[in-house]
Amino acid sequence: MTDRSLDKKRPTLDSHQGGRRSRLGAIMGSTATSSVIVILAFLLGFFILGITGFNPIQAFSAMFRGALGSKRGIAETLLSMTPLILSGLGFALAYHCKLFNIGLEGQIAVGAIAASWLGYSIEGLPCVVHVTICLVGACLAGAVWGFFPGFLKARYNIHEVISVIMLNHIAFKVAAYMVSVGGPMKDPTDLMPASPYILTTAKLPRIWAGTRFNVSIFIALAMAFVVWVFLYKSRPGYMMRAVGSNPDAAQTVGISATSFTILAMVLSSALGGLAGGIEILGIHHRLLAQFSPGYGFDAIAVALLGQLNPIAVVASSFLYGVLRSGAVLMQVTTGVSKDMVSVLTATIIFFTSMKEPFARWMKHLFSAIKGHPMIGRSDSHVA
Amino acid sequence: MRGITKTFSQQTIANDSVDLEVGSGEIHCLLGENGAGKSTLMNILYGLYTPDSGTIHIDGKPVSFPSPSHAIAHGISMVHQHFMLIPVFTVLENIILGKEPVKQPLLDRRTAKKEIEELSQRFGLDVDLSALVQDISVAMQQRVEILKMLYRKARIMIFDEPTAVLTPQEVSDLYETMNTLKESGNTIIFITHKLKEVMDISDKVTILRHGKTVATVNTKDTTPTELTRMMVGRDVLFSDQSPVSVEGPPVLDVAHVTAKDSLGRTAVNNVSFSLHEGEILGIAGVDGNGQNELVEALTGLRSVEEGSIATHGVELAHRPTKEFFAAGIAHVPADRLKRGIISDFNLCENLLLGHQYQRRFNKRCLLDNAAITAWAKEILGQFNVRYACTTMKAGNLSGGNQQKLVVAREIQRNPTILIAAQPTRGLDIGATQFMRTSLVELKSQGKAILLVSLDLQELMSMSDRILVLFEGAIQGEFRKIDGYDETAIGFLMAGGNHD
Amino acid sequence: MLHKIFNIVIVASTLRIATPILLASLGGIMAERSGVNNIGLEGMMLLGAFAAVIGSSLGGPWLGLLFGLLAGLCTGLLHGFISITIKANQIISGTAINILAVGLPNILIPVIWPGHYAITPVVKQLPTIALSSVPIIGSLFKQFNIIIALTVLLVPFLHTVLYYTRFGLRLRSLGEHPRAADTVGIPVQRFRYVAVALSGTLAGLAGTYLSISYQAQFSIAMTAGRGFIGLAAMIFGRWKPFGAFFACILFGFAEAFQAAAQSAGVPIPPDLFLAFPYVLTLIALVSIAGRHTGSPAAAGKPYIPE
Repeated sequence: MTDRSLDKKRPTLDSHQGGRRSRLGAIMGSTATSSVIVILAFLLGFFILGITGFNPIQAFSAMFRGALGSKRGIAETLLSMTPLILSGLGFALAYHCKLFNIGLEGQIAVGAIAASWLGYSIEGLPCVVHVTICLVGACLAGAVWGFFPGFLKARYNIHEVISVIMLNHIAFKVAAYMVSVGGPMKDPTDLMPASPYILTTAKLPRIWAGTRFNVSIFIALAMAFVVWVFLYKSRPGYMMRAVGSNPDAAQTVGISATSFTILAMVLSSALGGLAGGIEILGIHHRLLAQFSPGYGFDAIAVALLGQLNPIAVVASSFLYGVLRSGAVLMQVTTGVSKDMVSVLTATIIFFTSMKEPFARWMKHLFSAIKGHPMIGRSDSHVA
Repeated sequence: MRGITKTFSQQTIANDSVDLEVGSGEIHCLLGENGAGKSTLMNILYGLYTPDSGTIHIDGKPVSFPSPSHAIAHGISMVHQHFMLIPVFTVLENIILGKEPVKQPLLDRRTAKKEIEELSQRFGLDVDLSALVQDISVAMQQRVEILKMLYRKARIMIFDEPTAVLTPQEVSDLYETMNTLKESGNTIIFITHKLKEVMDISDKVTILRHGKTVATVNTKDTTPTELTRMMVGRDVLFSDQSPVSVEGPPVLDVAHVTAKDSLGRTAVNNVSFSLHEGEILGIAGVDGNGQNELVEALTGLRSVEEGSIATHGVELAHRPTKEFFAAGIAHVPADRLKRGIISDFNLCENLLLGHQYQRRFNKRCLLDNAAITAWAKEILGQFNVRYACTTMKAGNLSGGNQQKLVVAREIQRNPTILIAAQPTRGLDIGATQFMRTSLVELKSQGKAILLVSLDLQELMSMSDRILVLFEGAIQGEFRKIDGYDETAIGFLMAGGNHD
Repeated sequence: MLHKIFNIVIVASTLRIATPILLASLGGIMAERSGVNNIGLEGMMLLGAFAAVIGSSLGGPWLGLLFGLLAGLCTGLLHGFISITIKANQIISGTAINILAVGLPNILIPVIWPGHYAITPVVKQLPTIALSSVPIIGSLFKQFNIIIALTVLLVPFLHTVLYYTRFGLRLRSLGEHPRAADTVGIPVQRFRYVAVALSGTLAGLAGTYLSISYQAQFSIAMTAGRGFIGLAAMIFGRWKPFGAFFACILFGFAEAFQAAAQSAGVPIPPDLFLAFPYVLTLIALVSIAGRHTGSPAAAGKPYIPE
């Protein structure tokens, strides 16, 4: 029985792809693609700034100066990297299982709530233990927050985007409530809606005099390595990627799509919670009503730019760290709003979404230029 | 059609200077094996593809069809192999889609209904206009497709493998319809790879091979053997593939299994049988009579409402998929792209599916990629899979090689029972032969094989026993030792035992 | 206390609150029925709101309405371009629009109204007609708001279009089985563009209502997730206009109830109370979980013609 619909889906591939060489080639190809995307995004940024009457060169150079031009600047850039790495990892991990976790904002918030509460409530612990407890608590809080949308998706196929955004809004309201007048976590001695400061034993040690730079960056880098190992070298990571790539095939060989969908969301949101916890323990030292500067959405751009690979995510987090910390100086000196960054983010995301069709188009172009069409099909030579 | 050439991406020539001449009022068959280019040619005629070069003339006048609406305007219509019907629409809506009568600004269903009922009467095509397409039988769906064509006043009608989904009885109904259509002055082009159909119904036949026209002959003047030679380029014997074996002890006992399909209707109805060591048990039936659901039930992919599935005393019904595998059942799924391979994973990762828990592939909590790769290379060599390197994506393999990968992976599990669902679907002669030989070899090794296929010829040639499935229930059993009677089997496939 | 909450006023406020959500929901239905996911409704709404304020400050509320519709239309076309022509991931495209919609106004506000940040100055609203003299309706709805009326009328209108016209039949076929539609000669891509443009326009209208009718200015992120609630309503209403209508009434009622209860002095902390609509949405989503959701079979998958 003819069933060309099955065969049409695959292109015939005749070129030989040597193992290691192809891996390097692939990496270079991806880096090139990402770089092109960033450059295009910046060009668009130039364009917008130009139209609205700003000097783009002035603006962007102010940004880079702010980010890398001073000790404080570099420290802030690296500090911004930390939550970006973590939430970027979170998004990437979930996306490997085809889950769109835009709920990182909310997961960061609940992680922050947990970390601050644990930070100021438990006394008399050595620093390392206290920090660990707070961070673990933050992870668990995030994990719980991500469990529900994961469960809903796995069991009832409810699209995670909507449930996760609802949870975002709920998380923000809960956080606001916690530190509002009369709220359970409100510091009675302070007029501002904030929680009491966490104890010294819970603070992440600052290691660069004159800056807020703390050890969190190392935690983030360590997590990047852990996630990389998990995804590509471990068995559960392999099974999770299988579920993400083709849940039907995974199910056929006995891999439970339900379990791994939930696992993906839980791990992803735990990373988000960790990011929130680190923000509190390392920088703010207490829970404020509106503390999160939108890392959750940048995480999407960071993860997509990094092509979902944890190591590359670190690199794109650096870029974003520059953007974020530099944007403040840019706003102060040139008046360009910090939200230029969100425009850049949106543009980058747009372009990454076009990556695959663009790559397909490039392949068409190449094969049209290269080849003589070959006659026949490889099937007939077999057996 | 003259000199039609069509190339798809990546150096695949589907049609290479193909010539096709069809006279009016004749039934013309387009014969060729899988991948010969028949569907492509007809898709060009229907306006779904544009040819790279070549011309089309209708009644002597040159025409070109950049889109199906142009083809339709010229009276050309097509029934695809996979019906182009919308499951949640009614029959009426499906027929009028694209050519809806309007009583401004609303749809005029009443006029449409009248017109269609008239056509239905005239050509003897019985349909239920208000039924949802997803609820009606496949044969009726085909009639809907034909009515679609008639509603558009088609004069040239193209059928793409129309008999694949019909019982022998329904096939002869279809032949009757086609003759009626012919007598009304329509021209019919009929794509197939089955010789029997060519001999039964066509006036003329054009053979395509590897994208080129081989010949056009009058059906009266040729024989099946000659056609085969032209189709394939060599003589292929469709003889008995598998010697009858001595029946071993039962390894799988299926008792009173009932299961529902995804819409909640009963798909498997009180099915009982046992599968024995060293035998190939074939399941015959027209597509959509519960075979898919039965396979899913037997491999742990679908829960059963009641009944028991037991192997070697272990009860498997209601257990998770993993346990089916642990019990020694392997599954070669019917839809390899959907359930068989992960297109984006490389070959090693695909072969590892199902084997990931094995100790030899795990080195201290992590996967041992070196061991996996070495094993993969060995397996791929054993099964003669043609690949570029182990890191290539499985989606880039040819269909035959993909199927081999799946079979290799499943066999490596050392199963006692292999459930093969349509293992030769979409494969060409070479790969099909290999698949069949492998199954026979497994049988000789003492494995128990359940072969589900829509190709009755294949079943008759391969199986020791055949069970016929109709509307989810077993209608009867046939044994090779007694000799297979195709008519009798076909009768049961069509539900002949009922009413 | 109960009578302070459940009185005639709550009917009017339910409708007022439900309107933008319903418009977004209807927009979502049009897009998804044609096969295109539109997660970007929230962003389209926001940009529509922003454009409306710009228009109103330039030339009055009717110009604002026009601007808002145009903004929605253009954003819809952008999403369409990326989803249909480029065939990129539709969820990503929608999310990018949402992010853009949050950032762009922030940049433009100080440019257009120097000295203002995050909130625009107050602009002229769309006029309403006083109804107090009209019997029965007058006691329910003190003012006649054109957008609300339009929205309510849109529900049966779209229902008729979807199920009783040629356009609707073809549109639905695109969302179920685009290849089948293609084989009978329906232009899939073009049609989908129309649907997505319509979807964006409706979202733009929703935003316009928010910024120059419900309120009189634009503030950052003023949509507060309404676009997503609209999507939830679409799912809850099984992709049918009337279903969405009832879902939105339900959600609108929930929020109206929350506002009324708060002002009546119900002792629940305000922040938690504000979370109520979102919680309700979640519960609604869970409640209809199951197999026969009625979603268009081909929604979200780009159509690749041969």
